[in-house]
Amino acid sequence: MNKHVTPKMNRRTFVIGTAAVGTGLAIGLDIPFGGPAIVRAADGSPEVNAWVVIRPDDTVVIRIARSEMGQGSLTGLAQLVAEELECDWSKVTTEYPTPGQSVARKRVWGDFSTGGSRGIRSSQDYVRKGGATARVMLIQAAADEWKVPASECTAASSVITHTPSGRTTTYGKVAEAAAKLTPPADVKLKDPKDWKLIGKGLLRLDTADKTTGTMVYGIDIKLPGMLNAAIKDCPVFGGKVKSFDEAKVTGMKGVKKVVKVGDSAIAVVADTWWHAKTALEALPIVWDEGDNAKVSSETIAKWLAEGLDDAQPAYVGNKNGDVKAAIAGAAKKVEAVYNYPYQNHATMEPMNATALYTADKCEVWCGTQNGEAAFAAVLEASGLPAEKCDVHKVMPGGGFGRRGMTDYVRQAVAIAKQMPGTPIKLLWSREEDMAHGRYHPITQCKMTGAFDADNNLVALHYRLSGQSILFSLRPEALQNGMDPAAFQGVAQSGEAAFGYSVPNLLVEHSMRNPHVPPGFWRGVNVNHNAIYMECFMDELAHAAGQDPLEFRRKLMGKNPKHLAVLNAVAEKIGWTTPAPQGVYRGIAQVMGYGSYVAGAAEISVTDGSKIKVHRIVASTDPGYVVNPAQVERQIAGSFVYGLSALFYGGCTVKDGRIEQTNFDTYNSMRINEMPKVEAVMVPSGGFWGGVGEPTIGVAAPAVLNAYFAATGKRIRSVPLRDQNISFA
Amino acid sequence: MANLTINGKTFTLDVEPDTPLLWAIRENAGLTGTKYGCGIAQCGACTVHMDGVAIRSCGISVAEAEGKIITTIEGLASGSTLHKVQEAWIAKDVPQCGYCQSGMIMAVAALLSEKPKPTDADIDEAITNICRCGTFQQVREAIHTIASA
Repeated sequence: MNKHVTPKMNRRTFVIGTAAVGTGLAIGLDIPFGGPAIVRAADGSPEVNAWVVIRPDDTVVIRIARSEMGQGSLTGLAQLVAEELECDWSKVTTEYPTPGQSVARKRVWGDFSTGGSRGIRSSQDYVRKGGATARVMLIQAAADEWKVPASECTAASSVITHTPSGRTTTYGKVAEAAAKLTPPADVKLKDPKDWKLIGKGLLRLDTADKTTGTMVYGIDIKLPGMLNAAIKDCPVFGGKVKSFDEAKVTGMKGVKKVVKVGDSAIAVVADTWWHAKTALEALPIVWDEGDNAKVSSETIAKWLAEGLDDAQPAYVGNKNGDVKAAIAGAAKKVEAVYNYPYQNHATMEPMNATALYTADKCEVWCGTQNGEAAFAAVLEASGLPAEKCDVHKVMPGGGFGRRGMTDYVRQAVAIAKQMPGTPIKLLWSREEDMAHGRYHPITQCKMTGAFDADNNLVALHYRLSGQSILFSLRPEALQNGMDPAAFQGVAQSGEAAFGYSVPNLLVEHSMRNPHVPPGFWRGVNVNHNAIYMECFMDELAHAAGQDPLEFRRKLMGKNPKHLAVLNAVAEKIGWTTPAPQGVYRGIAQVMGYGSYVAGAAEISVTDGSKIKVHRIVASTDPGYVVNPAQVERQIAGSFVYGLSALFYGGCTVKDGRIEQTNFDTYNSMRINEMPKVEAVMVPSGGFWGGVGEPTIGVAAPAVLNAYFAATGKRIRSVPLRDQNISFA
Repeated sequence: MANLTINGKTFTLDVEPDTPLLWAIRENAGLTGTKYGCGIAQCGACTVHMDGVAIRSCGISVAEAEGKIITTIEGLASGSTLHKVQEAWIAKDVPQCGYCQSGMIMAVAALLSEKPKPTDADIDEAITNICRCGTFQQVREAIHTIASA
């Protein structure tokens, strides 16, 4: 272990990414006269490596590249590093490197993107290695000082012990020497059975400031001389500004400037945001709305319905046997058409970003799920090269996929560019946020199931029609035009694989992309696919005269992990024992984001239209559970988000624009509507699945299936708001 | 100009009388712990206390708030001693993104000052704040923990 650790090569000194405010870490390569180089954090403490900085007082600063947005990954990632580092958890703090710093260091922190429930699963390997590497170097530094073999030394809780002599030292005392060593080329990670921090429900590292009002979100950024901007983009997507009458508002209190942003938006810049918003509302703007102004929910629905016709072209996502022949020769056939609407993320904090542009620099402060995408947006919008730009991430007031987009960053830079030297905080009103979402894609689905004479399911045809997210946002990821992500949860294999075996199966997608821009929305395509498939599975079970759980089990023999989580919820909710009087149950399962999940609900229904959800049980097998307390919160939170979507979450289109404007027309669940979620974690090990999203998929179908059990009526259209069904 | 008493201090602010209290608190008094979520008194992110009662500060004007005692999240603790709701929120790890929690904490603090031992029904009636992360389970548990202390 001690042979491959040698002094670092000298490197050229550079300092990047100085932050005007906030905690952006300024990093310098410090080259003492004639000595080896140490990379230092802003406060001068040595970097043992890119992930670990240790201060002389033994404080351990763990660098986190992925974004915390409430999901708890910041704490989970720190646990992963600390597990291998063998540091004292009570001395751990965290810090975000900036994307600019990362790019300047050849992306030493890897991917910043925080979506697809990938925060932990996609970085667990290299962050654990970061912790392990630092531990090896710290032990080596102590061994060098003591002139003993490193193999005679151990580390625990930030203390290094030379076992034969009993001598000890701490990480803080040897960090400076460790930072001069060349990292080992290879480190061995712990066997999961030896984990001490991973698997523990440790408290989050970022809670205290959220209880005192001191946590800084993007909306809270204050910079010297900063002005505030309110913006209105053409309410019809794709429309443009035709004209605006600036003179009407230039004399209003606090107004500094009215600026055009791109060719579709106008912003008012004022001393306060309230003044900016007030003036913006008084500003006459004429839009060139274009042909999209003719589009409505009805025209979209009609177009999507045409895609359900087999004569229309479609991409095949999953197939075996000969569905059409099997259906033609079946003893019994069941058919149903479902649909799922546009939905807004409606993060509690509306989109915002603060930008400061000068001739040779552009910096942005914002909440973002993807620091590097925000950084790229700053480069493009400012026209400045990478070394003159940076993004300082702050806590986002919710993400759910919305803050992986960079539209608000581009706008802030475009405004700031028109007022060089003045920091501009752009904040969207809630109304602007509702009007310019990146919406959950709209789809319809026709399903046909066929049985033989013995009520065995012999064929299943799943024909999806509707919007592709990748077509709009990542066209390079299309495969010969097909959007592979459209089949999340019903895919042949991979991280969102179909859990049933049906001898004749056809899963296909007729892609139709209306002008309303789609986005990744917590759960993404799993949401509608799980509703369609799991509600239809329930319909098939009913048609076959079989118990919905037993019907599924028979089709899941080849998918033991899918089956295990289904069994776990069935057992926990007591599926085989009668529910309380007047209470009915529904069940669902799906795979998404590398994890197997299932859910069950107990509800009662009054007058056919008032639903009381009494109980929810949800299970997940994400392979490994890093922090069970946070996983439990993500599961419960995903049900709040998923049931809000089921009951309230529909964005309708009229005259080319979204009709819902605020929480009065786009409601969200309150505490009185939400029961306790009983989480059942059944990690089976050997793989790393996601947590933030998968369980949202089973929230709606579990409740919809319970609604059928209670009423004998199928609901095939979301949201329930539009079916005149509400919470009791 | 308006004189507002916030967290025991008097602020003389250059605002129009019809400015929503929320924006006077955030932009003029500089207390950004109180959050903007909807501007139409639906979500509760802007909840503060006015004469001890939880109100949605986006829905009332500065003129209406003059002469009243306003308490924001920054004024809830007594010096360095956190309010029992804040302590419970930390012990129970309630917040996720945390953006709605200033308002949530203020609403809960007002409920507990009125009803020190609220039932679930009391909680359901009094706490109507939106939380998109879905912390309701932890909010309820934390309230009961305080009530049973």
